[in-house]
Amino acid sequence: MSALRKTEPELGELMRAKLSGFVATLRDNGFIIGSAEYRDALTVLSGDGASRPSRLRPALRSLFCSRHSDWTMFDEIFDAFWLKRGMKSATRMSGAPQKAPDGVQAAANGARGQGNQDAADHVQRGEGAEAVETGETRREGASRAEFMGKTDFRHLTHPDDLAEAHRLAERLAVSMRARMTRRMRARLRGQRLDLRRTIHKSIANGGTPMQLVFRKRREKPLRLVVLLDGSGSMSLYSAVFLRFMHGVLDAFREAEAFLFHTRLVHIAPALRERDPQRAVERMALMGQGTGGGTRIGDSLATFNRWHAKRCIHSRTCVMIVSDGYDTGPSERLGDEMRALRRRCRRIAWLNPMIGWQDYAPEAAGMKAALPFIDLFAPAHNLESLKALEPYLARI
Amino acid sequence: MAVKLPQERIAAQMAAVGYVPDRDLSTALWLMDSLSRPLLLEGEAGVGKTEVARALALANDTKLIRLQCYEGLDQSSALYEWNYQRQLLAIKAREGLNADEVEEAIFSEKYLLERPLLAAIRQAKAPVLLIDEVDRADEEFEAFLLELLSDFQVSIPEFGTIAATSIPRVVLTSNGTRELSDALRRRCLYHYVDFPDVDREARIILSRLPDIDAALALQIASMVGLIRKEDLRKTPGVAETLDWAATLAGLDIRHLHDEPEAVHQTLMCLIKTAEDKVRMTRQVTERLLGKVA
Repeated sequence: MSALRKTEPELGELMRAKLSGFVATLRDNGFIIGSAEYRDALTVLSGDGASRPSRLRPALRSLFCSRHSDWTMFDEIFDAFWLKRGMKSATRMSGAPQKAPDGVQAAANGARGQGNQDAADHVQRGEGAEAVETGETRREGASRAEFMGKTDFRHLTHPDDLAEAHRLAERLAVSMRARMTRRMRARLRGQRLDLRRTIHKSIANGGTPMQLVFRKRREKPLRLVVLLDGSGSMSLYSAVFLRFMHGVLDAFREAEAFLFHTRLVHIAPALRERDPQRAVERMALMGQGTGGGTRIGDSLATFNRWHAKRCIHSRTCVMIVSDGYDTGPSERLGDEMRALRRRCRRIAWLNPMIGWQDYAPEAAGMKAALPFIDLFAPAHNLESLKALEPYLARI
Repeated sequence: MAVKLPQERIAAQMAAVGYVPDRDLSTALWLMDSLSRPLLLEGEAGVGKTEVARALALANDTKLIRLQCYEGLDQSSALYEWNYQRQLLAIKAREGLNADEVEEAIFSEKYLLERPLLAAIRQAKAPVLLIDEVDRADEEFEAFLLELLSDFQVSIPEFGTIAATSIPRVVLTSNGTRELSDALRRRCLYHYVDFPDVDREARIILSRLPDIDAALALQIASMVGLIRKEDLRKTPGVAETLDWAATLAGLDIRHLHDEPEAVHQTLMCLIKTAEDKVRMTRQVTERLLGKVA
């Protein structure tokens, strides 16, 4: 269109190398940059409109960013790369999770401790609400699937068992999917004549409308938004959940998934991965936290502020999977839950700990959130996941 | 100043027609011209996304062609459609004639209805094509749009291929009701339109309402800036600011502090929900007014 496009990029080797390094860094941080964008960036660099860093920044920003999260992250990465400032924070996406502060770790240990104690209880009594079969006994069950269905995920320690549970979770999700989709289809109704199309069809008959065309009513498809707690205290459950999610999210033509920890991460892109194992690995990687603690309130606030408008419409169910141990102030969580409640149709909160004996929602965060929850359900084993189906189908 | 940079030139052009862009936006507009890529604008409602396209058309003295997207938008209302009623009449009128002749007649230019996208590529002078709220359209439409934006030609089965006579400047806006596809995002330049800062908003008020007092414009801008920081359900946009400024100017108010009562009464230009109205009590208005210089 202008002269700029025609001039072949004439840049030194050094600059090219530097730019491709920058592009690689951006890609690592989740930017979508194709080779066309890279070429255009070279063109921009060789022009005189971007001869100084201060002018380069806005040009590269509008070229390389493609969504608001990119937009907010760009400056930090730009500074880190070109001005060597704040390197640490810019590479955080690929960083390994750090140790949680003592408080949270204690809470997590407490939860686990309670779990173990619980387990011991059951072993002694032999049967209970959640019969725990460990060691050799698990081979003696009438059906392996049945055994799997009732066992709390945290008691599955053997890799084979875990793999089996993952597979079952996925299969359960898929079978739920089929049924839910059928129900959605049966609900379509209401017909109005589409005059324009009818006339169009009638042209073939010399203008006599033989074949009537009806307008199809567009139903807003049901949408599911999942917020999954990826914190330490949930780590025994989140892997199975990720797998379950991968299966069930396919059922909804419109689905979104987020993982939260100390911050909120959008994991829907990873859900598009067809291979479940790889999808789960990608999601787990994306969800690795930067610090300790679970900031449910803050994560929800981020969700409400930046994602809710896009993700939530009148037929949306928000599903939060968390144990409710919030290291932030509980009022914050309450406020954000209230805001979220106003927007969506249903909020379901799945808490693995409900499955434990004598559990009462005592965590301050959980208490603050309770008034805004439509369904508060256990999710500690496959059976409890299965029990969700009628609820999901009814939304 | 010796030679003006291209982005500065664009900023001046835009300012001349009443849109005050910040540096990032003028850079994006310059890149849009030089790389001939579409520009995707995102931002909260009321920050002036649509206005960018309007000003761009004015600045380049060209037509603005607007396609408003909505759920269920299809090719026949976005690209072209045959005028079925006239075709039917033509068929009736030509009854008994050779079928081939009739067909040729009814599938000619005369019976083709241009819709925004087709109109945009058939202009003599490159227009500005505004694809508004692209997130409201369906994914299928988005894919189709992507194809059009890279080829700039349209093939109509009964008619043939229509190549673009001019490549339009394309501005897309999105309100974020649906996630756009990565392909579309990658294809576009991106700019996140934020609420203007006080200084820029004052300049916007001055450029739209030239008769207003400069000091009052600055006061209004800083008051609106403060109101935006309040935790409101619906943050007032730039259009609301302009409404309010026009109202205050119409009431002949010279200084916000002179008429706190009138200021509070006219806040309804900015506050759009009942909940926010309850929140913006007289006390809050006074507190905020106190912070305005």
